[in-house]
Amino acid sequence: MNTTIMLFLLQDGITNGAIYALLGLALVLVFAVTRVILIPQGEFVTYGALSYAMLATGQVPGTARLAVAMGLVAFALDLFFARKALHARLVMRSVALNIVFPVALLGLVYALVGPHTPVAVNIALALLIVAAIGLFLYRIAFQPIAHTSVLVLLIASVGCHLALQGLGLVFFGAEGLRGPALSSAAVTAGPLRFTGQSLAVYGLTVGFIVALWLFFGYTRTGKALRATAVNRLGARLVGIRTTLSGQIAFLLASVIGAISGILIVPITTLYYDTGFLIGLKGFIAAIIGGLVSYPLTAVAAIVVGIVEAFSSFYASNFKEVIVFTLILPVLVLRSLAAPQVEEEKD
Amino acid sequence: MSALLSVTDVHISYGKVEAVRGVSLDVAANEIVTIIGANGAGKTTLLNAIMGVLPVRGRTTFAGVDMAPSDIEDRVATGLSLVPEHRELFGTMNVEDNLELGAFRIAKSTAAVSLERVYTLFPRLKERRKQLAGTLSGGEQQMLAMGRALMGAPKLLMLDEPSLGLAPIIVADIFRIVGELRSAGVSVLLVEQNAQAALQIADRAYVMELGEFVLSGTAKDIAANKGVAASYLGFQHEGESAI
Repeated sequence: MNTTIMLFLLQDGITNGAIYALLGLALVLVFAVTRVILIPQGEFVTYGALSYAMLATGQVPGTARLAVAMGLVAFALDLFFARKALHARLVMRSVALNIVFPVALLGLVYALVGPHTPVAVNIALALLIVAAIGLFLYRIAFQPIAHTSVLVLLIASVGCHLALQGLGLVFFGAEGLRGPALSSAAVTAGPLRFTGQSLAVYGLTVGFIVALWLFFGYTRTGKALRATAVNRLGARLVGIRTTLSGQIAFLLASVIGAISGILIVPITTLYYDTGFLIGLKGFIAAIIGGLVSYPLTAVAAIVVGIVEAFSSFYASNFKEVIVFTLILPVLVLRSLAAPQVEEEKD
Repeated sequence: MSALLSVTDVHISYGKVEAVRGVSLDVAANEIVTIIGANGAGKTTLLNAIMGVLPVRGRTTFAGVDMAPSDIEDRVATGLSLVPEHRELFGTMNVEDNLELGAFRIAKSTAAVSLERVYTLFPRLKERRKQLAGTLSGGEQQMLAMGRALMGAPKLLMLDEPSLGLAPIIVADIFRIVGELRSAGVSVLLVEQNAQAALQIADRAYVMELGEFVLSGTAKDIAANKGVAASYLGFQHEGESAI
């Protein structure tokens, strides 16, 4: 192997690794705040990517209608759980968030969609759609069972993944889609050529990591999210609504997932079920980070990306096998370092 | 009587076991009230129920408003605050972050004033403000838990066993500060096993046994009661031997 090939593979690996890092960070975030292992993260990727790709061809993606349907269910749940103490303000807030927002979004999609809609508008619409779905997913599937064990939450999570993936097949069909590139610019450095797309990937990843760091370290809301993760009862006792924390976590995760999807879809063709595999690689990084450490997760994601690039060069048939086998030594090491498994108390 | 906190005929159950049976109590503004009793009498259960951590049967009002429909977070916003037995601090966050979050429900400008007040009350916390809460000593953690609760400018502070497991000198310090809270306009509902110290600073007291109040009155009267003295203050009647 010569240096040029190695550089190419490294570049490829780091680009993919950056995406996995984004997804891994979102997984750690959601787990820390809500104890949900977010299997449907991959669907956020697919929905973001394919909604964007469909918007780019001038079609209205089914996800926009799904957001409206989920909003209705979320509204019904809000009413049901608040039936003993219905305040006008509470109902108004619920109507605004669960009905007006997705309906207005759907209207906006119909108004703006077309073959010549600017890329930025399509991106914004796709992000808003997936953000709404993420928010309502938490409200419908996880908020009512937020106090149950990690295992119950995981089962619900798997259920959501299967449901969303099935709906993905309905919305986008079995054919893969590809979206237009964010920019056609390119920079050449020695033998390497950096496309605008890969530069956008690096920039957004670094930007998100810095933004998350600022958010969690310096804002009251960010600290409240961390506090919810550290001690739920303590958080409630100072007046932090843990349901709101969960909604914010899901909102962030769905937006991060959708952005990842929009970043990948101009590079590779995405199918309705591709997101799951991409999400799983972010999951591996998150597991290596112990589902708690953001920096370790980011580093692990880059390693996963590089290992994937090299193994697809040397043994492309075994690419996934090699990548997913990475998790074994890590789990063995972790179990040796912490031999006692703490059972959950609640 | 316009009590700040009023609890009327409250029952609290864990499944089929009734831990608190038909208890009534009230706390007026600027009053320190203590509940004393042995381990397992239901004192902690009662405090948790007043805060909304546990469901109750019976009537509870705070500042004249029925608390039944409100959850923990609403109760915090109306000025009720609990320092729980296990303190429930944010262990991996530093002292100042813990305190800042205590003021989560109030405006940032008011929070800055609260912070200065808490630092004046507990100078030790100011020295340790960048230290992680989980690495503090037991006494400092108790101070932080109280400081965090006070950050929200509560009208009524409920303290669950603040002296538990602490050195006597720190206990004295904490009780002195609880006494000072009254002059700052904060009422206190104090649950304690250290009955002697609690009765010294309290205005009124309730004695709890097996989920019921068996005695209530001014702290002075309760402290002078022979049965209480024997059971909770460690005094022996003549002729009896210490076990």
